[in-house]
Amino acid sequence: MDSEHIVKSFDSDLLQIESLIAEMGGLVETQISDATTVLTRRDTVLGKKVIELDKRVDEIEFEVDAAVVRILALRQPRAQDLRAVLVVLKLAGNLERIGDYAKNICKRTSVLANSKAIGNSSATIKRMGNLVQEMIKDVLDAYVSRDIDTADDVRLRDQEVDQMHNALFRELLTHMMEDPRNITPCMHLLFIAKNVERMGDHVTSMAEQVHFLVSGKMPDDERPKGDNTSYSSVELNAVNGENNDG
Amino acid sequence: MNMNVETPKEPVDAMTFQLPEELQVKVKTRDVNVHYGEKQALFDINLDVPANHVVSLIGPSGCGKSTYLRCLNRMNDIIDIARVSGKIELDGLDIYDKNIDVVELRARVGMVFQKPNPFPKSIFDNVAYGPRIHGLADNKTELEEIVVTSLQKAGLFDEVKDRLKDSGTGLSGGQQQRLCIARAIATRPEVILMDEPASALDPIATAVIEELIDELRQNFTIIIVTHSMQQAARISQYTAFFHLGYLVEVGDTEQIFTNPVDRRTQDYITGRFG
Repeated sequence: MDSEHIVKSFDSDLLQIESLIAEMGGLVETQISDATTVLTRRDTVLGKKVIELDKRVDEIEFEVDAAVVRILALRQPRAQDLRAVLVVLKLAGNLERIGDYAKNICKRTSVLANSKAIGNSSATIKRMGNLVQEMIKDVLDAYVSRDIDTADDVRLRDQEVDQMHNALFRELLTHMMEDPRNITPCMHLLFIAKNVERMGDHVTSMAEQVHFLVSGKMPDDERPKGDNTSYSSVELNAVNGENNDG
Repeated sequence: MNMNVETPKEPVDAMTFQLPEELQVKVKTRDVNVHYGEKQALFDINLDVPANHVVSLIGPSGCGKSTYLRCLNRMNDIIDIARVSGKIELDGLDIYDKNIDVVELRARVGMVFQKPNPFPKSIFDNVAYGPRIHGLADNKTELEEIVVTSLQKAGLFDEVKDRLKDSGTGLSGGQQQRLCIARAIATRPEVILMDEPASALDPIATAVIEELIDELRQNFTIIIVTHSMQQAARISQYTAFFHLGYLVEVGDTEQIFTNPVDRRTQDYITGRFG
């Protein structure tokens, strides 16, 4: 940690916003873990808890915003202090979005509860969720300890989430082509997978913010991107062909 | 200030900073050391000040920034125990050369002080004083022209045009400081040194002076000592941080206030114990 400010209350202001981010991060980690459990177990009771928890996450974001406005107005922070204040604003925004995605997973699961399982897609999504959850934990540790190497590492790990999303995307399209009755659950599963993939993007953005906080510069290299679902297609003939052969 | 801070043993490498090549260097300082008797106040200062820019000197009290400022128009000459070594050039001219006329130098390098200090004379005579003693006007009309132009450049003319015969000391604090700026620019200096010119003024008068400084930079090179870091950030293009007699860091003002390189600069501008 940096040396102390001459005005001690400035230090406690900065500690306060840091601990708000830590609290928010903890809640969002729980949200992700629970949301993917809700999906694999079709547990709508736990789903409601995740949705309920999101209110507190939103509240903390407002608290962070208010604290940042107050610090900017009263302290006029400079250099690393200015970065610390600006970065929490973005981190809180990212965490809030991730919480929303977790909430959305639970809402969609309530529709899925009455439909049959589609392959092992739920398990794949759970694994994606676990990866994102670990990334959040690591990026928050990196934030608290001002550890740029860990932050940079987290930033690169999003590729793995993207690749799982790509595979799932193709798998679900194939299921939809095979049987139109799969379309409703598959569409929801696709959106759920996309939610987790977007969570990964937000964690990546958080990692970049930690990099900026520590070094004063945004990472200058282009991040390897793995999500290519925007360009993916599965030909209907291929699916029909397979069926005919069988 | 924490007196336990260890004095740096080595001159600090503040010189990794380079001015952009297209900028003309107006004031060049090389290896300047200043002693007051036995005590050394400045250690090996190297600094280039670009023409038509504002450079802020910041640092805690006693760091040497005012001492450095006073070197630039040889104000330290009037202090018996002060000894200046090294080289300071104004457009390539060594200002400590024995053939330099100090009075003429001070006409080229004007100064504005912390407290407004108008002469107990009329507003007109305050501004006309310099041009008179330097013989800058051949007749009364020319002198009037210099006074009016200087007051206009200092942003004061409209407020005082009907009372040029009134005493300068009757003006408000902010107006007095602008009168002093008008007085400083009446001798057509190239460089203006300002030692905390707004620290005794209210926020409105300060804003007026800051706006004025930004306009003056079209015609002058300005070096300003300020304790207000917000002010340095607002008005200067380059900032130099002094600490314990060393020039620790020089850089683009934006870089100094967003991402300073040296730990001591960072501690100072963020208000930490250094």
